[in-house]
Amino acid sequence: MDNNRTDQEHTGFDVYVLTWVTLLILTAITVTVAGMHLGKLSVLVAVVVATVKAGVVLYFFMHLKYESALFKIMVYVALGTLMIFVGLTFFDILFR
Amino acid sequence: MNTIDGLTVHHHRDYTGAKIGMWVFLFTELLLFGGMFILYSVYRTVHAEDFHHAAMELDTLVGTMNTLILLTSSLTMALSIALIQTGRKKSSILCLVLTIAFGLWFMVNKYFEWGAKFEHGLYPGSEFLLQHSQGEILFFGLYFTMTGLHGLHVLVGVGVLSVVGFKMLNKPYEDIVFAGPGVDKLEGAEIALLGKSGQKMWSSEVIDDSVERVSVRLKYRPVGKRVRKEDYALLENSGLYWHLVDIIWIFLFPLFYLIT
Repeated sequence: MDNNRTDQEHTGFDVYVLTWVTLLILTAITVTVAGMHLGKLSVLVAVVVATVKAGVVLYFFMHLKYESALFKIMVYVALGTLMIFVGLTFFDILFR
Repeated sequence: MNTIDGLTVHHHRDYTGAKIGMWVFLFTELLLFGGMFILYSVYRTVHAEDFHHAAMELDTLVGTMNTLILLTSSLTMALSIALIQTGRKKSSILCLVLTIAFGLWFMVNKYFEWGAKFEHGLYPGSEFLLQHSQGEILFFGLYFTMTGLHGLHVLVGVGVLSVVGFKMLNKPYEDIVFAGPGVDKLEGAEIALLGKSGQKMWSSEVIDDSVERVSVRLKYRPVGKRVRKEDYALLENSGLYWHLVDIIWIFLFPLFYLIT
């Protein structure tokens, strides 16, 4: 049964703690930037930081980094589909 | 040894298949919330001023605190999975309990946050809210719908994780019983555990006619060698769900609380 044992021990605890610290720092950044009243730029920063945070959670906490290509492709297709919806909606709204 | 029945205990578990299924489910969740985020961004584009104004009503401190709580719960969730993969079951369950506790803490904060809003007369369709501009009504409509649906997901997550924790607790050992040879073959025999060089490490008394049958019960303790990832697919998949709920909050937080 030994060949059945987990081979997923590639992610050490320190990686998770580091991921968590990164997420906390990014949260601090987004809160600080929001308090600086940068106008349109602050929206951009908020969305970019949130996207980076989501990516960090996806890649490390959700193990996507260690998954096979199949999983990665699936995620990209799903995100791509959502982006198409976003793109088409704004194409409509902004050029109405 | 050829008399031992039931040696070929076969568990068919499709680990990868289960995980693919979970991801596909997460994609439906992504599109559910994605649709709402699109709605949000369209209304925000149209009613930018009202959204900024309405967001002042939200408590940034509570929002930040809830963000930290959920991020930390994601850490304990990931640690719980890592711990079970290395066979440390008690610590794994402890981390799971911490995750559940953080989820409940999040909901308690949410309760007080929403409670304060309701006291100020801010709830969907309230008299007070209807006196506000259309953009502000839309903002609070989206706020209650999206954070409400997200809160529901946290509650579901807490429920799922509790069930998983309970299952892990109740299934401490892998327990396999082999039926031994019949009584006619047993008399005068003894049962022994032999070491590598054939030395007797333990042996039973000589079997007499008071013995009806012999069965071998294997209780596998969850040491690292014995933990198979297949056994904990449920924990991993619940973890994926929990992290997705965290990701949704990562977007909800700046879009509702930080746009003043």
